[in-house]
Amino acid sequence: MRGWFLLPARLWLWLLFLAPLAIVGGYSLLTRGTYGGVELPWTFENYQRTLDPLYGAILLRSVVIAAIATALCLLLAFPLALFIARANERKNLYLNLVILPFWTSFLVRTYAWLFLLRDTGLVNTVLLRLGITSAPLPLLYNDGAVVLGLVYGFLPFMVLPLYATIERMDPALLEAAADLGARPWRTFFRVVVPLARPGIWAGVVLVFIPCLGAYLTPDLLGGGKSVMIGNLVQNQFTTARDWPFGAAISLGLMLIATGALGIVYWRGPKEIL
Amino acid sequence: MKHYPGHAAVDGISLSIPKGGFFSLLGPSGCGKTTTLRLIAGFEEPTAGEVRLHGVLVNGRRPYERNVSTVFQNYALFPHLTVQGNVEFGLRERGIADRAGRVRAVLDLVELAGKESRHPAQLSGGERQRVALARSLVLEPEVLLLDEPLAALDQQLRKQMRAELKNLQRRVGITFLFVTHDQEEAMSMSDSIAVMHQGRIEQVGTPEEVYLRPATRFVAGFLGAINWMDGFGLRPEATRISRTMPVNGVVARPATVVRTVFLGNCVHVAARLETGEEAVAEVVRENGTYAAGDTVHIYWDRSDELRFP
Repeated sequence: MRGWFLLPARLWLWLLFLAPLAIVGGYSLLTRGTYGGVELPWTFENYQRTLDPLYGAILLRSVVIAAIATALCLLLAFPLALFIARANERKNLYLNLVILPFWTSFLVRTYAWLFLLRDTGLVNTVLLRLGITSAPLPLLYNDGAVVLGLVYGFLPFMVLPLYATIERMDPALLEAAADLGARPWRTFFRVVVPLARPGIWAGVVLVFIPCLGAYLTPDLLGGGKSVMIGNLVQNQFTTARDWPFGAAISLGLMLIATGALGIVYWRGPKEIL
Repeated sequence: MKHYPGHAAVDGISLSIPKGGFFSLLGPSGCGKTTTLRLIAGFEEPTAGEVRLHGVLVNGRRPYERNVSTVFQNYALFPHLTVQGNVEFGLRERGIADRAGRVRAVLDLVELAGKESRHPAQLSGGERQRVALARSLVLEPEVLLLDEPLAALDQQLRKQMRAELKNLQRRVGITFLFVTHDQEEAMSMSDSIAVMHQGRIEQVGTPEEVYLRPATRFVAGFLGAINWMDGFGLRPEATRISRTMPVNGVVARPATVVRTVFLGNCVHVAARLETGEEAVAEVVRENGTYAAGDTVHIYWDRSDELRFP
């Protein structure tokens, strides 16, 4: 009986996750077709090419950018989550505001940043008009713009798990810490942060992994100058017409992400398992 | 005084707590006893009025700047720290040296030696409470505030902990301020009791004083059972019952037994007087048995009548 109820979930997993993964796996072992696509013979050459230092450098860049974005998300999300958890009757309103951007397409929202940040955009126009700057600031098409876009896009994924753990915390624990002589900052680091650890880990995983594979944000806000590994994959499937190589990079990235997750599960707090 | 929007939680309280004793704040839930405790701990600031510790004004001082410590109702132990870590917490925050020695001494005191590396989740309710006590006592506070610390324990353990707490207080000599709604708890442990009602203090006195000479009708009714007669109150143990007309020197009224309740060591016999009032008499079994419908005399000593303005 139980098997029947699980059937939709099984089908879903097989059709929408494992099947595409198997196809990508198959592509990565084939030879590039002349006009895109794949053809025989089978080969390991695509995987050998991923070891080229050029791609290693792009991977490293991606890891660094994703790590910076994740760290900034954590720094911004913690006070926000604390604030929402203590907001009493306004909690739901604030939570909805955090989720509100999801009601609009990510693409549209990223374009909005283009209009804000470009040389003739809102920010530069205001700065110029007010005489604060004499020439437009280079706000767009650099790593900073990419990090900004990633932080903006993935902040809710950090806020929500943090909020969930902080909200569960017994307020008496904070009073107990103060009672025992801890100033607010000490209470934060000795009580709040350790107890929020499951939320921190969950948020870090939820933000870091999609940031690592991001392609839309670096494409639009990085303007092709700030290439991340996602753009490399995208490129192989579009302009470069090298599907097998794109597939090999995808799987390589997945391997790294799974490895990172494995470390988190192995080393991180048991609560998130 | 502490006002919340719409009502005063604590109003016009004036209370001096003698140093080194076991002092209880007793009252029904919502009477303001916990608010009083929180005002002393510094979790709340009074809207008006002063809080002094050993004569020193502490208004406006944050909890971490006051030398008092609280044992919370649910203990509020840090779940991510061991027993050792919990007890050490305050010592570390207050920059006290010789932490290991003091932790060992206090864990011996509360008989938790050997459980240093356990986490709160691995302890029984009674053990958790003793960790909470140790965590506060290790700081040697001027006053230890206890907010219904026995409420979370089961009946058996609660009675045992009463004696242990009282004992502990005598040994350490720290002022204990104990908040409870359980009159038996307050009476069995305290040197003095302040009875609170609707944000005010009704009476302060020793357990004997508040029980035997209650200052108000509320105190009389809250501490122990009472029969309300025309214009005065009478404790069940001062209310006596007899089948025959009692001898001179007492007040006697004819009555009819309504029901009896067997309590093990005694029987509560409820009888209706001719005036319609019901009185409960506490009867030991040797003094006869009664059944509903019996015609009896209810009598008492005039000196046992509790009268209120």
